[in-house]
Amino acid sequence: MKYFRLVLSQLFAKKTRTILTMLSLLMAFLLFGLLQAVNVAFNRGTSIEGASRIVTQARVSFTSALPLRLLPQIEAVDGIEAVMYQQWFGAYYQEPNRQMVAFAVDPRRLRQVITEWELPSEQWDAFANTRTGMIVGKTLADQYDWKVGDKVPLSSNIWPQSDGNMSWALDVVGIFDSSDPATQPQLAYLNFDYFDEERQFGKGGAGIYVSRLGDPKDAERVSKEIDQMFQNSTDETKSQSEQEFNLNFVRQLGDINLIVSSILGAVFFTILLLTGNTMAQSVRERIPQLAVLKTLGFTDGTVQMLVLAESFVLIGIGALLGMAVATVLGMGMVGFLGGSGSVVNLQVWAYALVSVIVLSLLVGLPPAWRARRLKIVDALAGR
Amino acid sequence: MSETLIQCRALSKTYTRGPEKIEVLQQLDLDIPKGDFVALMGPSGSGKTTLLNLIGGLDNPSSGEIRIGDKRIDQLSSKALAAWRAEHVGFVFQFYNLMPVLTAARNVELPLLLTALSAGDRKRRVEVALKLVGLADRAGHKPNELSGGQEQRVAIARAIVADPTLLVCDEPTGDLDRKTADEILSLLQTLNTELGKTIVMVTHDPKAAEYAKRTLHLDKGQLVDEPGA
Amino acid sequence: MLNQIFAVTALNLRSLGGRLGSSLVIVIGIAGVVGVLTALLAMSKGFESTLGNTGRDDRAIVLRGGSSAELNSGLSSDNVQAIKDTRGESGTLTSSAEMIVITEFASKARGGSFNVTLRAVEQTGFDIRPEFRIVDGRKFEPGLQEVIVGKDALASFEGVSIGSNMRFRGGDWEVVGVFETGDSHDSELWADLATAQTAFGRTGTSSVLVQLESADGFDAFASALKEDPRVNVDVKRERDYYSGQSGQFKRLIGILAGVVGVIMGLGALFAALNTMYAAVSTRTTEIATLRAIGFGSMAVVVSVVAEAVALALLGGVIGAAVSWLLFNGYTASTLGQGFTQVAFEFQVTPDLMLLGLIMALILGFLGGLLPAIRAARLPVTVALRGA
Ligand SMILES: Nc1ncnc2c1ncn2[C@@H]1O[C@H](COP(=O)(O)OP(=O)(O)OP(=O)(O)O)[C@@H](O)[C@H]1O
Ligand SMILES: [Mg+2]
Repeated sequence: MKYFRLVLSQLFAKKTRTILTMLSLLMAFLLFGLLQAVNVAFNRGTSIEGASRIVTQARVSFTSALPLRLLPQIEAVDGIEAVMYQQWFGAYYQEPNRQMVAFAVDPRRLRQVITEWELPSEQWDAFANTRTGMIVGKTLADQYDWKVGDKVPLSSNIWPQSDGNMSWALDVVGIFDSSDPATQPQLAYLNFDYFDEERQFGKGGAGIYVSRLGDPKDAERVSKEIDQMFQNSTDETKSQSEQEFNLNFVRQLGDINLIVSSILGAVFFTILLLTGNTMAQSVRERIPQLAVLKTLGFTDGTVQMLVLAESFVLIGIGALLGMAVATVLGMGMVGFLGGSGSVVNLQVWAYALVSVIVLSLLVGLPPAWRARRLKIVDALAGR
Repeated sequence: MSETLIQCRALSKTYTRGPEKIEVLQQLDLDIPKGDFVALMGPSGSGKTTLLNLIGGLDNPSSGEIRIGDKRIDQLSSKALAAWRAEHVGFVFQFYNLMPVLTAARNVELPLLLTALSAGDRKRRVEVALKLVGLADRAGHKPNELSGGQEQRVAIARAIVADPTLLVCDEPTGDLDRKTADEILSLLQTLNTELGKTIVMVTHDPKAAEYAKRTLHLDKGQLVDEPGA
Repeated sequence: MLNQIFAVTALNLRSLGGRLGSSLVIVIGIAGVVGVLTALLAMSKGFESTLGNTGRDDRAIVLRGGSSAELNSGLSSDNVQAIKDTRGESGTLTSSAEMIVITEFASKARGGSFNVTLRAVEQTGFDIRPEFRIVDGRKFEPGLQEVIVGKDALASFEGVSIGSNMRFRGGDWEVVGVFETGDSHDSELWADLATAQTAFGRTGTSSVLVQLESADGFDAFASALKEDPRVNVDVKRERDYYSGQSGQFKRLIGILAGVVGVIMGLGALFAALNTMYAAVSTRTTEIATLRAIGFGSMAVVVSVVAEAVALALLGGVIGAAVSWLLFNGYTASTLGQGFTQVAFEFQVTPDLMLLGLIMALILGFLGGLLPAIRAARLPVTVALRGA
């Protein structure tokens, strides 16, 4: 620790150079933080084990609705506490490009399955008892300034009413929040009974089923059981954990992992060269000073560590600043990718730490080795 | 005379430059008693710096013995030599060799970082050393804010702060004007007489040599009685 | 003036050898930014051109009113009949009613299952698409549960090669051929409309593709349908329909390229500044000497900036070249509007490379300017003293 001041003052001997190098490092790690966050969010390892909810979709694809008549059979599977179904509504508000997530559901079943939605009991009841009722997530309600009691015309780009009208007049009967700060309620639900009666076609199609398990350990068995039940029927199913289902959704956007690692590869190659050059140059200039330290009794090992520490501190400070900025910016991305606080989470910070260590060693070892090997008498004589 | 501090026996140093062998020091014998102040003179290239570096434990001889106090230092590893230097030797160079980014006080503190002293103790010792060289009021200045003479005083403070027995000075006044040189030399003399530091000083300046208790002459790697010849 | 600039530049270039390491920093730094940006934009360009190449001006696609995409659309058999009855100037138009079903297949390269369009077409669907050709195997037989697979789909997904069986809704479908249309349909599977309608329990279709008499016949056809009280539909030129789908992806990549470009660009700028400050400071005395003998400070500024720009351009060229070598023609896929995978090839076009070079030029200019000004501002006496 007593060497720390020495390391710092050596580092800032050439202020312009060090600060510019740090700014480059800051940018590199800012990008690292943001891109890794995207990567982590998209590649979050999920296994069916320990899933508390299971999504059952048509095997063909989730866009094909499973029929409502499967409900009793699914409900009968051992280990399932509650089942709901949800039909994608294809909703937009006023303009076709103002799309939003909305599902037609059975209110009572929704309440039993998605337990994290917080809604006063009387609003749950109002939703169940109002044919044209709709409940709206707080984030979405804030966005359009919707209040309980508002009449909202919601358009669908899929479902016409029986008279061909694509606009559905709905009543906001509740606004729900989430008990889990990680998920922002940015969606709406309408009453399935009303929706099914009024829609022009597709009647009897339930969409996908979501089952809540009593014990997450049962996830794998229950999924298998459901899928086996409908095997070789016209309504073959595919069940997976809710997380896996959601992930598959975003993964289809493209090979995010490849894009991210390509960009970061280019960035780190560049930053390695830049910082390596800075460190090599600064050690080269300080050869006589390092020799003096050795005459004073600093061992070869200590001098080597001092140079390595310098590289570590240089890269560490740059990385810390970059990751800090990334974390702050990442807070704005939470709604988009999910996760709590900032998308630049602990896992991303851990990756950053590993990168800092590897980078420091790559950058610091050559000059540190040079400093270690340097002969006092030669260096003092300028040889 | 009191006990011997530095004892060199059959000391040789050879450099190989390509196929050529340069014998810089040849079978040199030397005794310097504790408390002595020796000036080492000789023509350029005669091996003064080489000898000084050997005595200060900066380099290993090609053959021969060096005994400082009761310790043989000629065969020590670089790590052991470093520890030995930190404890027993202080260095003063022609070009001061201070760390440009550190203040005078921080420069002086450097050797103490290698000891187990607490920050407070280090601070006190630095103050004492700077006071001794007459620079207590410049503790917070960086080297480039000091004159050459002042820089050399800081270097001397750094050399004595860990309280070594031996001071090794390579042309300490080589880059200074007469008046400043005299001040530095008096300071060294005081360190010798008052604090009993043994000093070995290389110089080209006969006036400087007068401050020492005796003068040794080196020529072509060997000690000679009279200069020239 | 020019002589002066040459003199100073020559001086700078001569010392370049000794500063190779730090000069390389500018080159590599800027090569990185230009390479990454070019690759990202090449991706967006490739997607855009794949969709832009899909469809023709003399064909129209008819969807249910307000549905905007085939996936959301649904036309009852009455509607389909009404559309097919719409006449052009010289009689009935050829048309193909088509149904879209989204299916899932495992990717060969990546984990997870991906959405793939299964398009059920009438035999006329082949007639009005002269770009369609079978590259392997044969067409499906009407009435049989047979599928043909687009060449990009074949390359991307498991279990779609000739001879494999696919299971849809409890029934087996055999892959009997591979086709190519040279556009986004190459990522699809095709089957017979009537057979698919039976298997999937549907009577209507998703769209009707109509061969117009000519590209000019579109307006007449569209207004005829609009006036028909039996149907409520949207009509688009087929080419416009597909071109419009690349917008969202373009925006997304645009944002990504913007964020990455700004951050990497700033990083490279700091690197360039670093190099040039160092370059200038090692030559402070030389520059001051020149100025002492009467060279103007403009010559100093210009020569330093010229050096930075030259290095940056070199970096830009390397970056664009590497990006071209690595990515031109690289095949990737993403979600199209139909919520299914569309394969496309990266296109590193000359205009993208030019864009990269312009960016390099700007970065080099900015990176050289500040150090140049500092060098020119430094009083000659100060510079001469402190080397
Ligand atoms: N590492 C080395 N490799 C080769 N030759 C060396 C080396 N170190 C010293 N020498 C040679 O040894 C001789 C003595 O050098 P030294 O530095 O001891 O001389 P000096 O007496 O201190 O001279 P000066 O008065 O100029 O400082 C010189 O000829 C020098 O070139
Ligand atoms: Mg010498």
